[in-house]
Amino acid sequence: MEKTLRKDPAGKIGAAISACLIAALYIFLILLDNVLPANSFTLMLIPVLKKGAIYSLICVSMNLLNGFTGLFSLGQAGFLLVGAYAYSIFAIPADQHAAVYQYFDGGAIGFSIPEALSRLLGENAGNFVGAIICIIIAGLVAAAFAALIGVPVLRLKSDYLAIATLGFAEIIRAIFQWNGLGPVTNGSNMLRKYTNFSAIQIGNIKLATAFPFFISMICIGLIVLLIHSSYGRAFKAVRDDEVAAEAMGISLFKHKMLSFVISSFFAGVGGALLAMYQTTIQANAFKSAMTYEILLIVVIGGIGSISGSCIASFLYIACNEWWLRFLDSGSFFGISVPFFRDGFRKVVFSVLIMVIVLFFSRGIMGDKELSFAGMIRKHRNKTAEGGDGQ
Amino acid sequence: MSNFVQANLPYLLAGISVGGQYALIAIGYTMVYGILRLINFAHGDVFMVAGLVMVYTTTAMPMYLSIPLVIVATVVLGFLIERVAYKPLRSAPRMSVMISAIGVSYLLQNCALYFTGGLAQVYPTIPWLSNSVTIGSATTKVVTIVTPILTVVLVFALVLFIQKTKIGMAMRAVSKDFETSQLMGIKINSVISMTFVIGCFLAAIGSLLYFTNYPSVIPTSGSMPGLKAFVAAVFGGIGSIPGAVIGAFVIGICENIIKGLGSSWTIFSDAFTFVLLIVVLLVKPTGIFGEKATDKV
Repeated sequence: MEKTLRKDPAGKIGAAISACLIAALYIFLILLDNVLPANSFTLMLIPVLKKGAIYSLICVSMNLLNGFTGLFSLGQAGFLLVGAYAYSIFAIPADQHAAVYQYFDGGAIGFSIPEALSRLLGENAGNFVGAIICIIIAGLVAAAFAALIGVPVLRLKSDYLAIATLGFAEIIRAIFQWNGLGPVTNGSNMLRKYTNFSAIQIGNIKLATAFPFFISMICIGLIVLLIHSSYGRAFKAVRDDEVAAEAMGISLFKHKMLSFVISSFFAGVGGALLAMYQTTIQANAFKSAMTYEILLIVVIGGIGSISGSCIASFLYIACNEWWLRFLDSGSFFGISVPFFRDGFRKVVFSVLIMVIVLFFSRGIMGDKELSFAGMIRKHRNKTAEGGDGQ
Repeated sequence: MSNFVQANLPYLLAGISVGGQYALIAIGYTMVYGILRLINFAHGDVFMVAGLVMVYTTTAMPMYLSIPLVIVATVVLGFLIERVAYKPLRSAPRMSVMISAIGVSYLLQNCALYFTGGLAQVYPTIPWLSNSVTIGSATTKVVTIVTPILTVVLVFALVLFIQKTKIGMAMRAVSKDFETSQLMGIKINSVISMTFVIGCFLAAIGSLLYFTNYPSVIPTSGSMPGLKAFVAAVFGGIGSIPGAVIGAFVIGICENIIKGLGSSWTIFSDAFTFVLLIVVLLVKPTGIFGEKATDKV
């Protein structure tokens, strides 16, 4: 009894372990970018880490909406697109505009934020700060789109909301491909030559891999703080029972809107990072299939679990881009397997996803979170129980 | 008015034709939604698989064998999808079933990608349907004229089936009240299977007609027509078969007229469908022939 009343040290120890691990991770990432030699291992590892970090953010942003607020939205690809475009439009250096907007007389925007800041702060700092400003703009533009779309759409429920958000994502895609907006969006042609991860460095230290981790971690941290705040509890109340939540004085529309706009903000940031990762973007790639993919990652991780979404993102990206590549290559440890050809990886993947959806619908984490404090407590309880038994 | 019709005749004809094809897919959506309250995201991909089966079977056998085989294969596929992916989740939340449907859609697309090797498969020319015919100032394929007629005949037969037969009556009962109809001794699983069988049968016929107008089939060919057919079902009032058909014709005709407005508008022909969807959901969420709203808004 006395033991439980005493202040629990597990929280502090857990936080310390997390801080150490995060510090170790960043040291490793910076070493990876600067010191470690490029071999076949790091060549596979670096893209997986970058993309995994970006997808973690995107999936967590979808989880905020689908898992924590209970709004089944399928519009994520649309907000990614808005974010990716908003970022790249402001980050193409002015002297590249003629080449990029070759069909639109060099486009309507004659400046680039990273470039303008480079003149003021020097190249490295300018690129770093400029990229962050562009990423924030990307988030804000996506959030503004969400605020506009939310007014009509959030009155709908469950599958009607899903299909309406899916529809809006398609409408956004059409608008961005429209030639009338060509001087800004470059029509259906791709945007390229904007500031990407390779331009991000401080002094002589390259941050190409650490940067997406840095941004994702801050954003996911903000989402976690939001979920633990009174707003987050209101979101969960709306998810669990709308009528009861409303009776408790929670404004349904206000909280749904808040969740939708915040989720879209982070989706926009994710889209900007994705644009930086891909180095070229085209609206045509942001189809509903992309939303489905993100949704399935969220389901694998567990709807309603932030750490689950992150784990599932890294697992999914690593399997997709690296570990299960052999399924496409036609041979397995040197033994040739005739049905291992292009696309087999995806088939195996989709079967696995169906198995998870049908038999393990709670995913990897269910709605629990991975925390070191929790592990320590569990371990201690176990040993304590063992002690009692003797 | 007559000038407008004259100038847009090819687009109007194409619209009516595509509308009929959407209608055949939309019936599958509207019936499944009416009974299970599930947007069967995989339906568009079943439609695509029917196209691919046609491509593969025509290389191995004559057309008069491959067409029935396509229909049978599609129906079996629809039946299996329901049994494997939806039946175990009957008591699960609706969101889980929808996620399962998205999973099936993903699986079908990836399987199609694997079997086709990512290459567009040239759709075989179905004799007679692909012949050219001239109406007024427009030259088109026979399929353009056959589609609306066949659609109307099939829909009429389906409505008769639902109104007059015992299983049709069971379907109506299940779509009215799932639980009560179970208590009344209706075998719910066979009714649901029957719904999927009918939906897939019509989707197979729709795919035969639809792909005759297109040179090839790719793994994502089904997703856009599928979504549009769903919008048609919502527009007409989900659960209502005549509504779905009318909605499909409206969408087919409008999107083709938008294509006819000029090249800068073509990009919006798909977006129009979704604008229509959102307008319908906001103004009249039950659609034109829908019954009273339950929990849509």
